[in-house]
Amino acid sequence: MFYRENGQFKSTYESDQQMLPILQDRVFMLVLLVFAFGAVPFLVSDYLFLSLLIPFLILTIAAIGLNLLVGYCGQISLGHAAFMAVGAYAAYNLVLRVPQLNFLVVLLISGLIAAVVGLVFGIPSLRIKGLYLAVATLAAQFFMDWLFARVKWFTNYAHSGSVQTPPVELFGWTVNTPAEKYLFLLGLLIVFTLVAKNLVRSRIGREWMAMRDMDVAAEVIGIRPVYAKLTAFAVSSFYVGVAGALWGFVHLGSWEPLAFNLTLSLNLLFMIIIGGMGSLLGSYFGAAFIVMLPILLNQLPAMLGVPISTSMATHLELMIFGVLIVFFLIVEPHGLARLWAIGKEKLRLWPFPH
Amino acid sequence: MGGEANSRAHRIGEVILALKGVSLAFGGVKALSDVSFDVREHEIRAIIGPNGAGKSSMLNVINGVYHPQQGTIRYLEREYHDMDPHEVAVSGISRTFQNLALFKGMSVLDNIMSGRNLKMHSNIVMQALRMGPALREEIEHREVVEGIIDFLEIQAYRKTQVGRLSYGLQKRVDLARALAMEPRVLLLDEPMSGMNMEEKQDMCRFILDANDHFGTTIVLIEHDMSVVMDISDRVVVLDYGKKIGDGTPDEVRANQAVVDAYLGVSH
Repeated sequence: MFYRENGQFKSTYESDQQMLPILQDRVFMLVLLVFAFGAVPFLVSDYLFLSLLIPFLILTIAAIGLNLLVGYCGQISLGHAAFMAVGAYAAYNLVLRVPQLNFLVVLLISGLIAAVVGLVFGIPSLRIKGLYLAVATLAAQFFMDWLFARVKWFTNYAHSGSVQTPPVELFGWTVNTPAEKYLFLLGLLIVFTLVAKNLVRSRIGREWMAMRDMDVAAEVIGIRPVYAKLTAFAVSSFYVGVAGALWGFVHLGSWEPLAFNLTLSLNLLFMIIIGGMGSLLGSYFGAAFIVMLPILLNQLPAMLGVPISTSMATHLELMIFGVLIVFFLIVEPHGLARLWAIGKEKLRLWPFPH
Repeated sequence: MGGEANSRAHRIGEVILALKGVSLAFGGVKALSDVSFDVREHEIRAIIGPNGAGKSSMLNVINGVYHPQQGTIRYLEREYHDMDPHEVAVSGISRTFQNLALFKGMSVLDNIMSGRNLKMHSNIVMQALRMGPALREEIEHREVVEGIIDFLEIQAYRKTQVGRLSYGLQKRVDLARALAMEPRVLLLDEPMSGMNMEEKQDMCRFILDANDHFGTTIVLIEHDMSVVMDISDRVVVLDYGKKIGDGTPDEVRANQAVVDAYLGVSH
């Protein structure tokens, strides 16, 4: 009843092409942002920040990155945690060796280094696709795991191979408490979401989607597969690289060589499958889901008075993931984001049937 | 009718595209053997023939999707042995597909906008920030695309996902995407297959209008003989990868080899 677009006429193409063309959506977004910036830092406990919100914000950036490649450009990757590792180690070495750099610049350079590495590992996509490409990108995962475990320079010759990071400092502001970390990450996530949204609704995004949907037709209308696929790999790796640097510096603080292993790659893939391929909103849903599920499984049975062991919860988690992925692949390949879209469609008609 | 035909004949210009001795084989299967024909500027040129005659292969050769083993292609004063799809697109040849090759996950608007990609030049950073030239470009090209949407009468569907449209409308979107490239030569691969009478008439009107208003040269594959004979200026007939007839619709109709290919011969 309240979610109607009656009377909202567009008189310029600019207003028709804006990000949220419906007034109610814009109001909702504004309220959400005010709440996220103004209220959440005072309402939420440190535990929730550290175990839920901070991982959620970082993994959403990574999921958006992977979604640009898999969901928008249709190129599969099983090695994206490797690019997170590249970003994390690049940031570690930059902070260590060039301490005067601003952390934002460090993030930017780490992302660019990850983009170059991603581009190199994206070259096979020019000749192979589908399952074969998945196997080729798996090579990135194993190569990077090996590289950071074996080549001691990257970890500054630390004995155990694990690295410690100093707290993040920005223009004299030390990002230290959970609430500060949350605000810093939220700001970054918003910027990264806006950039991703702009990309997918511009020429480059249309070229990616064209490659995904029908590559021969895309070539015939003049889209170069080399350019489209490699930019997708580069931009995607950039996002994931920045997420990796944040994961190391803001979330973990210190990490071991295998912190960015295949399990994380697969988790990223689960996020976009469950959340919704080819949808930025889906990346949010997927990351939230993957972060929340283990916590829910740990807490919910206890709250209901049915205590289960930790190992049982871990096993349940794997089983639920498995079931859900099969469910979504069969029933709703566009994931939670599609369910959300259907809900919105319904709301437009509610409470009248037509 | 006579006057119109005359004015059309008047407009037809020099040879713009000429294929000479083109042969294409997939392993042992000969799809095309020694086919030569030419296309004049502003004309509507039809390619007809029974199933498997090599018509679509012919378009794929012109398009650079297939590379012929022999023969040359002469386009706009340049001689090619084979064509590269990107170069073909840049030089102003666009096409539609027999089995719909639309971008199914995108809206009608985005599909047609993607046909403008060669005319957009802003860099990726500007696109990421949606500032300056990138934003201006989006709006400028949107205007052109809206013109094409009006021309093909698909205003009501511009925000609909293409995969959800009916077959006839998808064919129209396919044509819209090809027209968005502002081509000099437009290759149409069975634009009217699977359509009912009204849809066919609409499609004929769009093709003739495109040819009249924009002066687009059209190469057309079609099975419906009444359509071919009505709208085309000249017709090439292929059978088993060989050219068996070439000329105006009337000449082709009178050609014994063509009649035999279509009706069969009694021995």
